[in-house]
This record gives sequence, structure tokens and C-alpha cells, in this order.
Amino acid sequence: MMSAYIDFIRIRFLMMLAYRVNYYSGIIIYAINIGAYYFLWQAIYGDQETLAGFTVNQMTTYVAVSWMARAFYFNNLDREIANEIRDGSVAVQLIRPYSYLLVKMMQGFGEGLFRMLLFMVPGMIVVCLIFPVTLPKDPITWLTYLIMLFFSFLINSQINILTGLFAFFVENNEGMMRMKRVMVDLFSGVVVPIAFFPGWLSAIMQWLPFQAITYLPSSVFTGRTPGSEALPVFGLQVIWFAGLLVPIWLTWRAARKRLFVQGG
Amino acid sequence: MLAIDVKDLRKKFNVQKNREGLSGALKDLFKREYNEVTAVKDISFQIPQGEICGYIGENGAGKSTTIKMLTGILVPTSGDIRVNGFIPYKDREKFVNGIGVVFGQRSQLWWDIGVIESFQLLRKVYRVSEQDFRKRLDVLVERLQLGELLNRPVRKLSLGQRMRCELVASLLHNPSILFLDEPTIGLDIVVKTEIRDFLMQMNKEQGTTILLTTHDLQDIEALCSRVIMLDDGRIIYDGGLDELKNRWSKGREIQFQFAAHTPLEKLKQLTDPLEVTWTLENEVTAKMWLPHAVSVSDALARVVGGTEIRDIKIFETNTDDIVRGIYQSGSAAAGKETVMS
Repeated sequence: MMSAYIDFIRIRFLMMLAYRVNYYSGIIIYAINIGAYYFLWQAIYGDQETLAGFTVNQMTTYVAVSWMARAFYFNNLDREIANEIRDGSVAVQLIRPYSYLLVKMMQGFGEGLFRMLLFMVPGMIVVCLIFPVTLPKDPITWLTYLIMLFFSFLINSQINILTGLFAFFVENNEGMMRMKRVMVDLFSGVVVPIAFFPGWLSAIMQWLPFQAITYLPSSVFTGRTPGSEALPVFGLQVIWFAGLLVPIWLTWRAARKRLFVQGG
Repeated sequence: MLAIDVKDLRKKFNVQKNREGLSGALKDLFKREYNEVTAVKDISFQIPQGEICGYIGENGAGKSTTIKMLTGILVPTSGDIRVNGFIPYKDREKFVNGIGVVFGQRSQLWWDIGVIESFQLLRKVYRVSEQDFRKRLDVLVERLQLGELLNRPVRKLSLGQRMRCELVASLLHNPSILFLDEPTIGLDIVVKTEIRDFLMQMNKEQGTTILLTTHDLQDIEALCSRVIMLDDGRIIYDGGLDELKNRWSKGREIQFQFAAHTPLEKLKQLTDPLEVTWTLENEVTAKMWLPHAVSVSDALARVVGGTEIRDIKIFETNTDDIVRGIYQSGSAAAGKETVMS
């Protein structure tokens, strides 16, 4: 059975590979984004050495790493699930002896692997050539970051799945999906690191899963969070991963009762 | 043993009501109203193992909803279902190992990959051993003549080719019950016949129980020993196909071809006391419709005695007409009354 799940990773990976040309433009778009934020932060820093605990250098690296991490963990599972619910093809998924949501997760991971190898890695190389990004030299930091990045993917995908499942309950969850996208980008700290948020907002962020997607791992990678504190950060990610399983399970259970297959 | 056992099965849906106009949309925003629609109303039936049962009814009669409850996709509002000894929606993952499903209007193959890759993936999903898989695949490929299709991507198949592949996909794990939801929709007559023959043979050789919904009554005539007819969520007929025909067909039609022009008056005269109706098709051809009450030999004798005849054809009312009649009358009760009267 496990081999079937692994096959879903493989097939999605190969499918993405077939459409790889679509992603070349993505590398350029991400590079432009990173460039824009780089110059913006340069202007904001002016003569100042540090802001909210970030040096200019750390900030440049933070921006580059965060955007490139997004290139990896980003996926459209929410849209895929919502579409399958809306057009009724979820029915076909339910006649197979596997867990639909786990299959979705695997497909997301296949996409993630593709994005990592053909999008994130070459993108990172391009960005490092253009901007003064300083990457850590300690292999342990790299290893920690890679594991954390995997959890970024898991948590982000869980939020996507949860958003997608809402299609069971509302006729059109397009608005919800857009809102989620903006929220994840803003609250995960891709656009602005959470340390720059007003006090009350960053206090709220402490209690939401978004920071575990980008802000926490990127802070560890750029060295703003010292390596000794990496373990509690990782622990927080694991807690969110486990915690998010509960609402997904509940939503799925409720959804099965409400399911009504469109188109006969 | 019973393959399918359904008791007082009911499914209710809440369908959102969209009120008209801007004020309606605003009201909807704050307080949604729902229409309660009962798609399946307390139906009960049992299907023993090895039977091929046709499940027919108008669009929206509740056929697909029933199939979806039987396959564990939908959770019933009330009632009991046992399929293969399982309650479908409860042990879904275990239960679906023993059933095969084909939806005529939905593909279960993966659109982007080759047919054989889809089959391989299904092999892993259903945990079929490589050996069994090969054996079954070889047989199925030969029967349904898929040989050269196996390496094509699914999206490049024609509907007929895809449908044959769908059948193989639903049978790779050797299910004991096969659910077919409009399996022949949109197919040409050659493929239809091929699929019917295949299903018949499989039922004979392996004893596979088949429940199929269709709008093509020829499917039913070719395959089913038993028909369940649904109307507005209720079963209005459950029994043999022949019995259905006998019960609802009201008569037959006989076409005569005469040697010379025969006027309608003369024909009417010939069959005078009998309750038959004549229609002239052209100069030399006429059709006589006679109800079951009138004996064929009696009517024929009168006509043959009075005219010179080149050719005679007898038409049984076909199933299409019968079923159309039942659909239009709306319920089986109406049908029964006319039969009894």
C-alpha cells in the first residue's frame, strides 16, 4: 500500500516535469520579487545597523530564503480539492481503498520535490549571484533547516487541505482560498518578518500556525534565532503539525455526511 | 447469500435556495434558506449473489444517489445497507476492495498518465500481487481488445476505448460485485455490444453480481434477468423483465402489405366487431393495432380471408414504449390499474 502512496509522489513529480517550462518564468518572477524587497529593505534600513533584531545582511538573506522556501512549499492543494468536490470527481476518489487526503498530501509532496529541484535550487543559485546573500556555513544549520522546511510544507499543505475541504460546506469557496493565500503570505512572514509587526499582532501570531511556515525556520537559517534555540522552534512546528490533524479529521468526518455529488 | 441487502433506505439533501434579486441575495447572505429534497424514499430490495440487476428510472429518480450510497460514497440519512456483508460508508477502505465501480460520465483513470501506468497504480492501490495482476490483465486485454491502447495516455483515448479501459480498471482486483452507472452512455453500437457480451460472460464464468443503471433499455434486455424501476425516489417495479413487458404492454401491431390498393373502409369492415384500429401507411401497406384482449389468429383470419396479402409483420410493443408509458403515467399503480381493468 505504501508503494501506492509513493507512486503518487512519483507520478505527480513526472507530471510536473512534463510541464516544467511553465516554471522557468516562475524563477524570474521570484527573482524580481526578491529584488524588489531587497531594494525596499535597503531603503528602509538607510544608515541603521539593525531593525527588530535583523541586520541588513540577515534581512537580505531572510528575504531570499523565505521566498525560495515559498517556492518549495507552495501548492494548490486547496484549489485541487475544491475543484474535485465541486465537479463531483471526489466520488471516484472515495471508491478506492485509500485515504483521499493522504493521497492529496502525497501529490502535494511530489509537486514539492519538483519545485525544490527545478525551481528552488536553481532559483537560489540565481539569487545568490545577483544579491549579497550570505548563507550559513555550518552543515548542522543546513540540516536543521531542511527538516524544518519539510514541516513548513506539511503545515502549509494542511492549511490548504482545510481550506479546500470548505468547498463541502459552501457553494463557492474561491474567496476563502484567496483570503487564505494572502493570510499565509502575510502572517507567515514572507512579506514582512513577524518581528516588524505591531506588538499586539505579533502576540496574536504566537498563537497561530502561520509563523511556523516561514518566519521561524527562516529566522533559524539566517542566524537571527541562535542554533541553541532551534529545537524549541522545531518542537513548535511538530506541535502545529499534530494539532492541525484534529480540525482536518473533524472537517473530513463532517464533510462525508454532507457530501452531495454534483451532476447526478 | 445476499450480495446487496437494502432496507428502508433514505437520503435527504439540503439544497440551498437562492432568492431572487438584490434584496434576495442580501437576505441569503445573512440567513440561508434550504430546500429539503428527498432523493431516495425508504426503498428496500435484495440482490442475491450472481444476479445481474438493472436499475432504471427517469433522470433524477434517485438511481445514482442509490448507487452512491451502495458504494460508500454517500452516507444515507436513514435505513440499513449491507453490501458484501459490509456497511459501505462505515468501513469504506476495507469495503471498496470487494467492489468495482464504473461511472459512465466520470473517468477513474488518471488523465495524464498512460493506461498501463494507471493499471499499475491501481494494482498497488488494491494490493494485487504482480502475478495475479498479469493473469487478469492478460485475460481482460484479450477479451476487450486493448492491446495497442495500453501505452497511450488516457486523454488520447476515444470514448469507446476509454470505457473499455474503465471496465478493466474496475475489475483488476477481482471484485465480487460490479456497479455500473450508465456504462454505455454515448457509445456506438459495436462497443455497446462488445461490453454487453463481456459483462454477460463474466457473470456466467465468475458469478460476478452486477447492478447497472442505464437509460438504454437494450442494455437491460441483453443483460438483466431482473429490473428495479425507480420513480421519484420510490421503487415502482421490482421483478423480471418479461413480467414487466406482459404487465404493461397493451397490445401488438401487425403490418400488412397488400397486393393491390386496399381502402381503409374495406379493412375496417373486415374486422368489424373486433376492437382494432387501422392506420394506412401508403397505398398498399396498412397497420393494425390490436389489444391483448383480441386474439391474433382471429384478427388475422378475417383479414387474410378478405384480401390478397404479400407480407405480414408482427411487432411486439418494445420495452422502450412500455417504459416510456410507465414514466409518463408517473407511477406503477396507474399501470397496474389498467392491467387489472
